[in-house]
Amino acid sequence: MSLLALRNLTKTFGGLVAVNNVTFDVAEGSIVGLIGPNGAGKTTVFNLITGNYKPDSGDIFFDGRTIKGLPTHRIVQQGIARTFQTIRLFQNMSVIENALAGCHCRMQSGMLSAMLRTPAQRAEEQRALLRATRELEFVGLADEHANLAKNLSYGNQRLLEIARALATDPRFIILDEPAGGMNDQETAALIDTIRAIRDRGITVLLIEHDMSLVMKVCEKLVVLEYGALLAEGVPAAIKDDPRVIEAYLGADTDD
Amino acid sequence: MTVSRTTSYAGIAVVVAVLPLLLDPYWTDVFVSIGLYSVLALSLNIILGQAGLFHMGHAAFYAVGAYVTAIANTMWGVPVLWAMPFAGLGAALFAMVVARPIIHLRGDYLLIVTIGIVEIVRIALINNVFGLTGGANGIFGISRPMLFGFKIAKPVHFYYLVWAYVACSILLFRRLENSRFGRALNYIKEDDTAAEGSGVNTASYKLWAFVLGAFWAGMTGTIYAAKMTIISPESFSFWESVVLFAIVILGGGSNRGVLLGAFLLIGLPEFFREFASARMLAFGLAMVVMMIFRPQGMLPPMPRFYKLPERIRCITGKGGDAAAQAGGGA
Repeated sequence: MSLLALRNLTKTFGGLVAVNNVTFDVAEGSIVGLIGPNGAGKTTVFNLITGNYKPDSGDIFFDGRTIKGLPTHRIVQQGIARTFQTIRLFQNMSVIENALAGCHCRMQSGMLSAMLRTPAQRAEEQRALLRATRELEFVGLADEHANLAKNLSYGNQRLLEIARALATDPRFIILDEPAGGMNDQETAALIDTIRAIRDRGITVLLIEHDMSLVMKVCEKLVVLEYGALLAEGVPAAIKDDPRVIEAYLGADTDD
Repeated sequence: MTVSRTTSYAGIAVVVAVLPLLLDPYWTDVFVSIGLYSVLALSLNIILGQAGLFHMGHAAFYAVGAYVTAIANTMWGVPVLWAMPFAGLGAALFAMVVARPIIHLRGDYLLIVTIGIVEIVRIALINNVFGLTGGANGIFGISRPMLFGFKIAKPVHFYYLVWAYVACSILLFRRLENSRFGRALNYIKEDDTAAEGSGVNTASYKLWAFVLGAFWAGMTGTIYAAKMTIISPESFSFWESVVLFAIVILGGGSNRGVLLGAFLLIGLPEFFREFASARMLAFGLAMVVMMIFRPQGMLPPMPRFYKLPERIRCITGKGGDAAAQAGGGA
Protein backbone atom coordinates (compact mmCIF):
# COMPACT_ATOMS: atom_id res chain seq x y z
CA MET A 1 0.00 0.00 0.00
CA SER A 2 1.35 3.43 -0.79
CA LEU A 3 2.29 5.52 2.21
CA LEU A 4 2.90 8.68 0.24
CA ALA A 5 1.02 9.60 -2.91
CA LEU A 6 1.71 12.67 -5.06
CA ARG A 7 -1.11 13.54 -7.43
CA ASN A 8 -0.62 15.97 -10.35
CA LEU A 9 1.63 18.19 -8.28
CA THR A 10 2.53 21.53 -9.88
CA LYS A 11 4.60 24.40 -8.54
CA THR A 12 5.70 27.50 -10.43
CA PHE A 13 8.06 30.26 -9.41
CA GLY A 14 7.16 33.27 -11.53
CA GLY A 15 7.42 31.99 -15.10
CA LEU A 16 9.43 28.92 -14.20
CA VAL A 17 7.54 25.65 -13.85
CA ALA A 18 9.68 23.95 -11.20
CA VAL A 19 7.42 20.93 -10.76
CA ASN A 20 5.03 20.04 -13.55
CA ASN A 21 2.13 17.67 -13.03
CA VAL A 22 4.14 15.09 -11.08
CA THR A 23 2.42 11.92 -9.91
CA PHE A 24 4.11 9.04 -8.13
CA ASP A 25 3.68 6.71 -5.16
CA VAL A 26 5.98 5.54 -2.42
CA ALA A 27 5.08 2.14 -1.04
CA GLU A 28 5.23 1.62 2.72
CA GLY A 29 8.50 0.03 3.82
CA SER A 30 10.37 0.74 0.60
CA ILE A 31 13.45 2.77 -0.31
CA VAL A 32 12.71 5.04 -3.24
CA GLY A 33 15.20 7.26 -5.03
CA LEU A 34 14.30 10.53 -6.73
CA ILE A 35 16.87 11.32 -9.40
CA GLY A 36 17.31 13.72 -12.27
CA PRO A 37 19.75 16.27 -13.64
CA ASN A 38 20.52 19.44 -11.67
CA GLY A 39 17.56 21.79 -11.64
CA ALA A 40 15.07 19.03 -12.44
CA GLY A 41 12.96 20.00 -9.44
CA LYS A 42 13.87 17.22 -7.02
CA THR A 43 14.41 19.42 -3.99
CA THR A 44 11.29 21.41 -4.88
CA VAL A 45 9.31 18.15 -4.70
CA PHE A 46 10.81 17.55 -1.25
CA ASN A 47 9.94 21.05 -0.14
CA LEU A 48 6.37 20.53 -1.36
CA ILE A 49 6.02 17.31 0.60
CA THR A 50 7.40 18.85 3.79
CA GLY A 51 5.27 21.96 3.50
CA ASN A 52 8.13 24.42 2.97
CA TYR A 53 6.39 25.33 -0.30
CA LYS A 54 2.68 25.23 -1.04
CA PRO A 55 1.75 23.51 -4.33
CA ASP A 56 -0.13 25.56 -6.95
CA SER A 57 -2.24 22.56 -7.81
CA GLY A 58 -2.38 18.86 -7.20
CA ASP A 59 -2.48 17.04 -3.91
CA ILE A 60 -0.24 15.11 -1.52
CA PHE A 61 -1.61 12.21 0.48
CA PHE A 62 0.16 10.69 3.44
CA ASP A 63 -1.35 7.47 4.71
CA GLY A 64 -4.54 8.24 2.80
CA ARG A 65 -5.03 11.76 4.18
CA THR A 66 -4.11 14.98 2.43
CA ILE A 67 -1.25 16.96 3.95
CA LYS A 68 -1.40 19.76 1.40
CA GLY A 69 -1.25 23.18 2.98
CA LEU A 70 -0.31 21.99 6.47
CA PRO A 71 2.50 23.92 8.16
CA THR A 72 5.83 22.09 8.25
CA HIS A 73 5.79 21.29 11.97
CA ARG A 74 2.37 19.64 11.64
CA ILE A 75 3.64 17.50 8.78
CA VAL A 76 6.58 16.44 10.95
CA GLN A 77 4.09 15.56 13.67
CA GLN A 78 2.20 13.36 11.20
CA GLY A 79 5.38 11.35 10.76
CA ILE A 80 7.37 12.83 7.87
CA ALA A 81 10.95 13.77 8.75
CA ARG A 82 13.59 15.27 6.49
CA THR A 83 17.22 16.22 6.16
CA PHE A 84 18.47 19.19 4.19
CA GLN A 85 20.64 19.33 1.07
CA THR A 86 22.75 22.10 2.54
CA ILE A 87 23.35 21.01 6.10
CA ARG A 88 21.09 22.88 8.48
CA LEU A 89 22.14 21.86 11.94
CA PHE A 90 21.97 24.08 15.01
CA GLN A 91 25.67 24.78 14.65
CA ASN A 92 26.38 26.37 18.03
CA MET A 93 24.49 23.75 20.00
CA SER A 94 25.73 20.38 21.15
CA VAL A 95 25.20 17.16 19.23
CA ILE A 96 22.75 15.81 21.81
CA GLU A 97 20.74 19.04 21.72
CA ASN A 98 20.51 18.74 17.95
CA ALA A 99 19.11 15.24 18.34
CA LEU A 100 16.76 16.46 21.09
CA ALA A 101 15.29 18.93 18.59
CA GLY A 102 13.72 15.96 16.87
CA CYS A 103 12.09 14.78 20.10
CA HIS A 104 10.45 18.17 20.54
CA CYS A 105 7.30 17.37 18.57
CA ARG A 106 6.69 14.23 20.65
CA MET A 107 6.83 16.15 23.92
CA GLN A 108 4.06 18.00 25.71
CA SER A 109 5.40 20.07 28.60
CA GLY A 110 5.20 23.81 28.33
CA MET A 111 6.46 26.91 30.05
CA LEU A 112 4.74 26.47 33.39
CA SER A 113 5.67 22.86 33.95
CA ALA A 114 9.28 23.74 33.08
CA MET A 115 9.34 26.60 35.59
CA LEU A 116 7.80 24.42 38.29
CA ARG A 117 9.89 21.43 37.19
CA THR A 118 7.00 19.03 37.67
CA PRO A 119 7.69 15.28 37.94
CA ALA A 120 5.94 14.73 34.59
CA GLN A 121 8.19 17.31 32.94
CA ARG A 122 11.35 15.74 34.36
CA ALA A 123 10.25 12.26 33.32
CA GLU A 124 9.53 13.51 29.83
CA GLU A 125 12.98 15.12 29.60
CA GLN A 126 14.54 11.81 30.61
CA ARG A 127 12.56 9.92 27.98
CA ALA A 128 13.55 12.42 25.31
CA LEU A 129 17.19 12.24 26.35
CA LEU A 130 17.05 8.46 26.11
CA ARG A 131 15.50 8.61 22.69
CA ALA A 132 18.01 11.18 21.44
CA THR A 133 20.91 9.12 22.78
CA ARG A 134 19.63 6.00 21.08
CA GLU A 135 19.40 7.81 17.77
CA LEU A 136 22.96 9.10 18.15
CA GLU A 137 24.04 5.54 18.81
CA PHE A 138 22.14 4.40 15.76
CA VAL A 139 24.14 6.68 13.47
CA GLY A 140 27.32 6.18 15.50
CA LEU A 141 27.70 9.65 17.00
CA ALA A 142 27.06 8.90 20.68
CA ASP A 143 30.69 9.62 21.60
CA GLU A 144 30.39 13.10 20.13
CA HIS A 145 27.31 14.00 22.18
CA ALA A 146 28.88 16.92 24.05
CA ASN A 147 30.62 18.40 21.00
CA LEU A 148 29.21 21.38 19.20
CA ALA A 149 27.58 20.44 15.90
CA LYS A 150 29.87 22.79 13.97
CA ASN A 151 32.93 20.88 15.17
CA LEU A 152 31.83 17.63 13.54
CA SER A 153 33.25 16.48 10.23
CA TYR A 154 31.10 17.04 7.18
CA GLY A 155 30.08 13.39 6.96
CA ASN A 156 29.19 13.29 10.64
CA GLN A 157 27.10 16.44 10.27
CA ARG A 158 25.07 14.60 7.64
CA LEU A 159 24.63 11.68 10.04
CA LEU A 160 23.55 14.05 12.80
CA GLU A 161 20.86 15.44 10.51
CA ILE A 162 19.63 11.88 10.01
CA ALA A 163 19.65 11.28 13.78
CA ARG A 164 17.68 14.47 14.35
CA ALA A 165 15.14 13.40 11.73
CA LEU A 166 14.86 9.92 13.25
CA ALA A 167 14.28 11.38 16.70
CA THR A 168 10.96 12.80 15.47
CA ASP A 169 9.72 9.19 15.45
CA PRO A 170 8.85 9.27 11.74
CA ARG A 171 7.09 6.73 9.54
CA PHE A 172 8.61 8.32 6.49
CA ILE A 173 12.01 9.95 6.09
CA ILE A 174 13.18 12.17 3.27
CA LEU A 175 16.94 12.37 2.72
CA ASP A 176 18.19 15.16 0.47
CA GLU A 177 21.60 14.11 -0.91
CA PRO A 178 22.67 12.22 2.21
CA ALA A 179 26.02 11.21 0.68
CA GLY A 180 26.93 14.74 -0.40
CA GLY A 181 30.48 15.48 0.73
CA MET A 182 31.09 11.97 2.06
CA ASN A 183 34.11 9.84 1.16
CA ASP A 184 33.79 6.27 -0.16
CA GLN A 185 34.02 4.65 3.26
CA GLU A 186 31.42 6.97 4.74
CA THR A 187 29.16 6.35 1.75
CA ALA A 188 29.45 2.61 2.20
CA ALA A 189 28.51 2.97 5.85
CA LEU A 190 25.63 5.24 4.85
CA ILE A 191 24.17 2.49 2.66
CA ASP A 192 24.04 0.24 5.73
CA THR A 193 22.46 3.04 7.74
CA ILE A 194 19.76 3.65 5.13
CA ARG A 195 18.94 -0.05 5.05
CA ALA A 196 18.86 -0.15 8.84
CA ILE A 197 16.40 2.75 8.82
CA ARG A 198 14.14 0.80 6.48
CA ASP A 199 14.51 -2.28 8.68
CA ARG A 200 13.05 -0.23 11.52
CA GLY A 201 9.91 0.04 9.40
CA ILE A 202 10.57 3.58 8.21
CA THR A 203 9.94 4.29 4.55
CA VAL A 204 12.80 6.16 2.83
CA LEU A 205 12.68 8.62 -0.05
CA LEU A 206 16.04 10.03 -1.11
CA ILE A 207 17.63 12.36 -3.61
CA GLU A 208 21.16 11.38 -4.51
CA HIS A 209 23.69 12.08 -7.21
CA ASP A 210 25.91 9.15 -6.30
CA MET A 211 24.54 6.65 -8.82
CA SER A 212 26.29 3.64 -7.31
CA LEU A 213 24.56 4.35 -3.98
CA VAL A 214 21.19 4.86 -5.64
CA MET A 215 21.48 1.66 -7.68
CA LYS A 216 22.56 -0.34 -4.65
CA VAL A 217 20.08 0.85 -2.08
CA CYS A 218 16.88 1.86 -3.88
CA GLU A 219 14.09 -0.51 -4.78
CA LYS A 220 12.39 1.98 -7.03
CA LEU A 221 13.56 5.08 -8.86
CA VAL A 222 11.60 8.10 -9.95
CA VAL A 223 13.28 10.24 -12.63
CA LEU A 224 12.48 13.91 -13.06
CA GLU A 225 13.50 16.16 -15.93
CA TYR A 226 12.55 19.84 -16.27
CA GLY A 227 10.13 19.38 -13.39
CA ALA A 228 8.18 16.61 -15.09
CA LEU A 229 8.16 12.88 -14.48
CA LEU A 230 10.37 11.16 -17.06
CA ALA A 231 10.31 7.55 -15.90
CA GLU A 232 9.78 5.38 -12.86
CA GLY A 233 10.60 1.77 -12.15
CA VAL A 234 13.15 -0.60 -10.65
CA PRO A 235 16.80 0.54 -10.86
CA ALA A 236 17.77 -2.06 -13.45
CA ALA A 237 15.02 -0.91 -15.82
CA ILE A 238 15.80 2.77 -15.27
CA LYS A 239 19.48 2.15 -15.97
CA ASP A 240 18.63 0.79 -19.44
CA ASP A 241 15.85 3.22 -20.23
CA PRO A 242 17.06 5.15 -23.32
CA ARG A 243 15.16 8.29 -22.30
CA VAL A 244 16.86 8.35 -18.93
CA ILE A 245 20.30 7.68 -20.43
CA GLU A 246 19.81 10.50 -22.87
CA ALA A 247 18.46 12.97 -20.34
CA TYR A 248 20.57 12.19 -17.37
CA LEU A 249 23.04 9.37 -17.26
CA GLY A 250 24.32 10.03 -20.77
CA ALA A 251 24.90 13.69 -20.10
CA ASP A 252 26.44 12.84 -16.76
CA THR A 253 29.09 10.44 -18.10
CA ASP A 254 30.35 13.02 -20.59
CA ASP A 255 32.13 15.08 -17.94
CA MET B 1 36.50 31.65 33.31
CA THR B 2 36.19 28.23 34.87
CA VAL B 3 34.03 29.40 37.77
CA SER B 4 30.94 27.20 37.82
CA ARG B 5 27.52 28.69 37.42
CA THR B 6 26.37 27.73 40.90
CA THR B 7 29.49 29.20 42.53
CA SER B 8 29.18 32.49 40.73
CA TYR B 9 25.49 32.75 41.63
CA ALA B 10 26.26 31.98 45.27
CA GLY B 11 28.92 34.70 45.22
CA ILE B 12 26.54 37.22 43.69
CA ALA B 13 23.84 36.29 46.22
CA VAL B 14 26.15 36.91 49.21
CA VAL B 15 27.35 40.24 47.83
CA VAL B 16 23.80 41.34 47.10
CA ALA B 17 22.59 40.33 50.57
CA VAL B 18 25.22 42.27 52.56
CA LEU B 19 25.63 45.23 50.22
CA PRO B 20 22.96 47.55 51.73
CA LEU B 21 24.78 47.41 55.10
CA LEU B 22 27.65 49.26 53.45
CA LEU B 23 25.70 51.72 51.34
CA ASP B 24 24.02 55.05 52.00
CA PRO B 25 20.40 55.49 50.81
CA TYR B 26 21.50 57.13 47.56
CA TRP B 27 23.63 54.18 46.51
CA THR B 28 21.03 51.74 47.75
CA ASP B 29 18.63 53.45 45.39
CA VAL B 30 21.12 53.08 42.53
CA PHE B 31 21.22 49.37 43.21
CA VAL B 32 17.41 49.24 43.23
CA SER B 33 17.59 50.67 39.71
CA ILE B 34 20.21 48.12 38.71
CA GLY B 35 17.89 45.40 40.03
CA LEU B 36 14.90 46.72 38.10
CA TYR B 37 16.90 46.97 34.89
CA SER B 38 18.26 43.49 35.55
CA VAL B 39 14.78 41.96 35.65
CA LEU B 40 13.70 43.91 32.61
CA ALA B 41 16.80 42.81 30.72
CA LEU B 42 16.31 39.22 31.92
CA SER B 43 12.82 39.25 30.47
CA LEU B 44 14.10 40.83 27.26
CA ASN B 45 16.82 38.17 27.19
CA ILE B 46 14.16 35.51 26.61
CA ILE B 47 13.12 37.28 23.43
CA LEU B 48 16.44 38.71 22.27
CA GLY B 49 19.07 36.46 23.81
CA GLN B 50 17.32 33.08 23.76
CA ALA B 51 15.11 33.30 20.70
CA GLY B 52 17.28 35.79 18.79
CA LEU B 53 14.36 38.07 17.95
CA PHE B 54 15.53 41.67 17.54
CA HIS B 55 13.12 43.44 19.84
CA MET B 56 13.89 47.04 20.74
CA GLY B 57 10.52 47.99 22.18
CA HIS B 58 10.60 46.34 25.57
CA ALA B 59 9.82 49.59 27.38
CA ALA B 60 6.34 49.40 25.84
CA PHE B 61 5.48 46.28 27.85
CA TYR B 62 7.09 47.79 30.95
CA ALA B 63 4.92 50.86 30.47
CA VAL B 64 1.72 48.86 30.09
CA GLY B 65 2.48 47.04 33.37
CA ALA B 66 3.28 50.26 35.23
CA TYR B 67 0.16 52.01 33.95
CA VAL B 68 -2.11 49.05 34.72
CA THR B 69 -0.76 49.15 38.27
CA ALA B 70 -1.09 52.91 38.60
CA ILE B 71 -4.64 52.96 37.24
CA ALA B 72 -5.76 49.99 39.33
CA ASN B 73 -4.21 51.49 42.45
CA THR B 74 -5.23 55.14 42.13
CA MET B 75 -8.68 54.65 40.62
CA TRP B 76 -9.94 51.44 42.17
CA GLY B 77 -7.73 51.24 45.24
CA VAL B 78 -6.24 47.85 44.39
CA PRO B 79 -3.20 47.23 46.65
CA VAL B 80 -0.04 47.62 44.59
CA LEU B 81 1.31 44.11 44.93
CA TRP B 82 -2.11 42.64 44.17
CA ALA B 83 -1.98 44.51 40.89
CA MET B 84 1.22 42.73 39.90
CA PRO B 85 -0.29 39.68 38.16
CA PHE B 86 -2.79 41.92 36.39
CA ALA B 87 0.01 44.22 35.24
CA GLY B 88 1.78 41.13 33.89
CA LEU B 89 -1.36 39.86 32.19
CA GLY B 90 -2.11 43.26 30.73
CA ALA B 91 1.36 43.52 29.23
CA ALA B 92 1.22 39.90 28.01
CA LEU B 93 -2.13 40.47 26.33
CA PHE B 94 -0.81 43.65 24.74
CA ALA B 95 2.26 41.75 23.51
CA MET B 96 0.07 39.03 22.03
CA VAL B 97 -1.99 41.56 20.11
CA VAL B 98 0.92 43.59 18.75
CA ALA B 99 3.38 40.74 18.19
CA ARG B 100 0.96 38.39 16.39
CA PRO B 101 0.99 40.27 13.06
CA ILE B 102 4.75 40.99 13.07
CA ILE B 103 6.09 37.69 14.36
CA HIS B 104 7.14 36.43 10.92
CA LEU B 105 9.41 39.45 10.35
CA ARG B 106 13.12 38.76 10.50
CA GLY B 107 16.08 40.60 11.95
CA ASP B 108 16.19 44.33 11.34
CA TYR B 109 12.64 44.45 9.97
CA LEU B 110 11.30 43.25 13.30
CA LEU B 111 13.61 45.70 15.06
CA ILE B 112 12.13 48.67 13.27
CA VAL B 113 8.54 47.62 13.94
CA THR B 114 9.24 47.12 17.64
CA ILE B 115 10.75 50.61 17.80
CA GLY B 116 7.46 51.78 16.32
CA ILE B 117 5.51 49.99 19.05
CA VAL B 118 7.36 51.67 21.89
CA GLU B 119 6.87 55.09 20.30
CA ILE B 120 3.18 54.45 19.70
CA VAL B 121 2.73 53.50 23.34
CA ARG B 122 4.58 56.56 24.60
CA ILE B 123 2.61 58.92 22.38
CA ALA B 124 -0.68 57.22 23.23
CA LEU B 125 0.11 57.72 26.93
CA ILE B 126 0.91 61.40 26.38
CA ASN B 127 -2.41 61.81 24.56
CA ASN B 128 -4.25 60.44 27.57
CA VAL B 129 -5.82 57.39 25.92
CA PHE B 130 -9.34 56.61 27.20
CA GLY B 131 -8.85 59.43 29.68
CA LEU B 132 -7.03 57.03 31.97
CA THR B 133 -3.33 57.75 31.64
CA GLY B 134 -3.18 61.35 32.74
CA GLY B 135 -1.43 62.68 29.65
CA ALA B 136 2.10 64.04 29.76
CA ASN B 137 1.98 64.50 33.54
CA GLY B 138 1.31 60.85 34.08
CA ILE B 139 -0.28 59.40 37.20
CA PHE B 140 0.76 60.31 40.74
CA GLY B 141 -0.18 59.22 44.20
CA ILE B 142 0.49 55.52 43.74
CA SER B 143 0.55 53.95 47.19
CA ARG B 144 3.46 52.04 48.71
CA PRO B 145 3.31 48.27 48.62
CA MET B 146 2.42 46.33 51.76
CA LEU B 147 3.98 42.93 52.28
CA PHE B 148 2.49 40.90 55.16
CA GLY B 149 1.49 44.10 56.90
CA PHE B 150 4.93 45.68 56.41
CA LYS B 151 5.06 48.92 54.47
CA ILE B 152 7.78 49.02 51.85
CA ALA B 153 8.89 52.61 51.54
CA LYS B 154 12.61 53.12 52.19
CA PRO B 155 15.24 52.43 49.53
CA VAL B 156 16.60 49.53 51.55
CA HIS B 157 13.15 47.90 51.65
CA PHE B 158 12.84 48.24 47.92
CA TYR B 159 16.38 46.94 47.58
CA TYR B 160 15.48 43.60 49.15
CA LEU B 161 12.10 43.43 47.38
CA VAL B 162 13.68 44.03 43.97
CA TRP B 163 16.62 41.71 44.44
CA ALA B 164 14.42 38.92 45.81
CA TYR B 165 12.38 39.38 42.66
CA VAL B 166 15.59 39.21 40.58
CA ALA B 167 16.57 35.97 42.34
CA CYS B 168 13.15 34.38 41.74
CA SER B 169 13.23 35.43 38.10
CA ILE B 170 16.69 33.96 37.55
CA LEU B 171 15.68 30.69 39.20
CA LEU B 172 12.56 30.36 37.04
CA PHE B 173 14.29 31.47 33.84
CA ARG B 174 17.14 29.04 34.42
CA ARG B 175 14.67 26.21 34.69
CA LEU B 176 12.96 27.42 31.58
CA GLU B 177 16.24 27.53 29.67
CA ASN B 178 16.95 23.92 30.56
CA SER B 179 13.67 22.69 29.18
CA ARG B 180 11.96 21.92 25.94
CA PHE B 181 10.78 25.53 25.78
CA GLY B 182 14.26 26.98 26.23
CA ARG B 183 15.79 24.66 23.68
CA ALA B 184 13.05 25.46 21.17
CA LEU B 185 13.91 29.17 21.44
CA ASN B 186 17.59 28.38 20.83
CA TYR B 187 16.73 26.25 17.80
CA ILE B 188 14.78 29.18 16.39
CA LYS B 189 17.72 31.51 17.02
CA GLU B 190 20.15 29.12 15.34
CA ASP B 191 18.09 28.20 12.29
CA ASP B 192 14.43 29.02 11.91
CA THR B 193 13.82 26.71 8.94
CA ALA B 194 15.61 23.74 10.48
CA ALA B 195 13.66 24.24 13.71
CA GLU B 196 10.35 24.17 11.86
CA GLY B 197 11.59 21.16 9.86
CA SER B 198 12.39 19.35 13.11
CA GLY B 199 8.82 19.79 14.29
CA VAL B 200 9.04 23.01 16.32
CA ASN B 201 6.06 25.32 15.89
CA THR B 202 8.29 28.34 15.35
CA ALA B 203 5.56 30.96 14.99
CA SER B 204 3.93 29.90 18.23
CA TYR B 205 7.20 29.77 20.19
CA LYS B 206 8.25 33.21 18.98
CA LEU B 207 4.91 34.57 20.09
CA TRP B 208 5.17 32.88 23.49
CA ALA B 209 8.67 34.30 23.94
CA PHE B 210 7.18 37.76 23.44
CA VAL B 211 4.24 37.04 25.73
CA LEU B 212 6.42 35.69 28.54
CA GLY B 213 8.95 38.52 28.23
CA ALA B 214 6.12 41.05 28.29
CA PHE B 215 4.48 39.38 31.30
CA TRP B 216 7.68 39.77 33.29
CA ALA B 217 8.27 43.32 32.11
CA GLY B 218 4.70 44.16 33.09
CA MET B 219 5.20 42.80 36.60
CA THR B 220 8.41 44.78 36.85
CA GLY B 221 6.37 47.84 35.90
CA THR B 222 4.35 47.29 39.10
CA ILE B 223 7.44 47.52 41.29
CA TYR B 224 8.67 50.55 39.39
CA ALA B 225 5.32 52.31 39.85
CA ALA B 226 5.35 51.47 43.55
CA LYS B 227 8.89 52.72 43.98
CA MET B 228 8.39 56.00 42.13
CA THR B 229 4.75 56.62 43.26
CA ILE B 230 4.54 58.76 40.12
CA ILE B 231 4.86 57.58 36.55
CA SER B 232 4.87 59.52 33.32
CA PRO B 233 5.30 58.61 29.65
CA GLU B 234 8.87 59.94 29.63
CA SER B 235 9.95 57.07 31.89
CA PHE B 236 9.21 54.62 29.07
CA SER B 237 10.95 56.27 26.18
CA PHE B 238 12.69 54.63 23.28
CA TRP B 239 15.97 55.29 25.10
CA GLU B 240 14.97 52.85 27.87
CA SER B 241 14.46 50.17 25.23
CA VAL B 242 17.87 50.89 23.77
CA VAL B 243 19.54 50.58 27.17
CA LEU B 244 17.82 47.24 27.80
CA PHE B 245 18.81 46.03 24.34
CA ALA B 246 22.41 47.06 25.00
CA ILE B 247 22.46 45.30 28.39
CA VAL B 248 21.44 42.02 26.77
CA ILE B 249 23.81 42.35 23.80
CA LEU B 250 26.80 43.42 25.93
CA GLY B 251 26.02 40.75 28.51
CA GLY B 252 26.01 38.07 25.87
CA GLY B 253 22.65 36.42 26.44
CA SER B 254 23.29 34.55 29.69
CA ASN B 255 21.54 35.53 32.92
CA ARG B 256 24.86 36.33 34.58
CA GLY B 257 25.81 38.40 31.57
CA VAL B 258 22.59 40.37 31.97
CA LEU B 259 23.40 41.11 35.63
CA LEU B 260 26.89 42.27 34.68
CA GLY B 261 25.53 44.32 31.80
CA ALA B 262 22.95 45.98 34.04
CA PHE B 263 25.63 46.86 36.57
CA LEU B 264 27.92 48.33 33.93
CA LEU B 265 25.27 50.30 32.07
CA ILE B 266 23.18 51.50 35.01
CA GLY B 267 25.60 51.40 37.96
CA LEU B 268 28.87 52.51 36.42
CA PRO B 269 27.63 55.90 35.14
CA GLU B 270 26.86 56.79 38.78
CA PHE B 271 30.53 56.45 39.65
CA PHE B 272 31.45 58.93 36.96
CA ARG B 273 28.81 61.59 37.48
CA GLU B 274 31.26 64.40 36.75
CA PHE B 275 31.76 63.01 33.24
CA ALA B 276 28.02 62.77 32.60
CA SER B 277 28.30 64.78 29.40
CA ALA B 278 30.75 62.24 27.98
CA ARG B 279 28.52 59.31 28.88
CA MET B 280 27.20 58.73 25.36
CA LEU B 281 30.72 58.92 23.98
CA ALA B 282 31.98 56.25 26.37
CA PHE B 283 28.89 54.18 25.74
CA GLY B 284 29.32 54.26 21.98
CA LEU B 285 33.02 53.55 22.24
CA ALA B 286 32.38 50.56 24.49
CA MET B 287 29.87 49.19 21.97
CA VAL B 288 32.30 49.53 19.07
CA VAL B 289 35.14 47.90 21.02
CA MET B 290 32.86 45.06 22.09
CA MET B 291 31.62 44.38 18.57
CA ILE B 292 35.20 44.18 17.30
CA PHE B 293 36.85 42.17 20.05
CA ARG B 294 34.07 40.17 21.66
CA PRO B 295 30.98 40.09 19.45
CA GLN B 296 29.46 37.22 21.42
CA GLY B 297 29.14 39.47 24.49
CA MET B 298 30.91 39.43 27.84
CA LEU B 299 29.37 36.27 29.27
CA PRO B 300 27.71 34.18 26.58
CA PRO B 301 25.58 31.27 27.84
CA MET B 302 27.50 28.17 28.82
CA PRO B 303 26.53 24.98 27.03
CA ARG B 304 23.85 23.01 28.81
CA PHE B 305 24.97 19.86 30.52
CA TYR B 306 23.12 16.63 29.89
CA LYS B 307 23.60 13.48 31.88
CA LEU B 308 23.14 10.83 29.25
CA PRO B 309 21.30 7.63 30.07
CA GLU B 310 23.22 4.36 30.18
CA ARG B 311 24.74 3.74 26.78
CA ILE B 312 24.37 0.83 24.42
CA ARG B 313 27.34 0.64 22.08
CA CYS B 314 26.80 -0.09 18.46
CA ILE B 315 28.55 0.42 15.16
CA THR B 316 27.33 2.79 12.47
CA GLY B 317 24.64 1.34 10.28
CA LYS B 318 24.34 -1.92 12.16
CA GLY B 319 21.96 -0.41 14.63
CA GLY B 320 19.33 -3.13 14.85
CA ASP B 321 19.55 -3.23 18.65
CA ALA B 322 19.54 0.50 19.03
CA ALA B 323 16.62 0.74 16.63
CA ALA B 324 14.55 -1.67 18.65
CA GLN B 325 15.41 0.28 21.81
CA ALA B 326 14.71 3.60 20.18
CA GLY B 327 11.33 2.42 18.97
CA GLY B 328 10.28 2.04 22.58
CA GLY B 329 11.57 5.51 23.52
CA ALA B 330 9.84 8.87 23.62
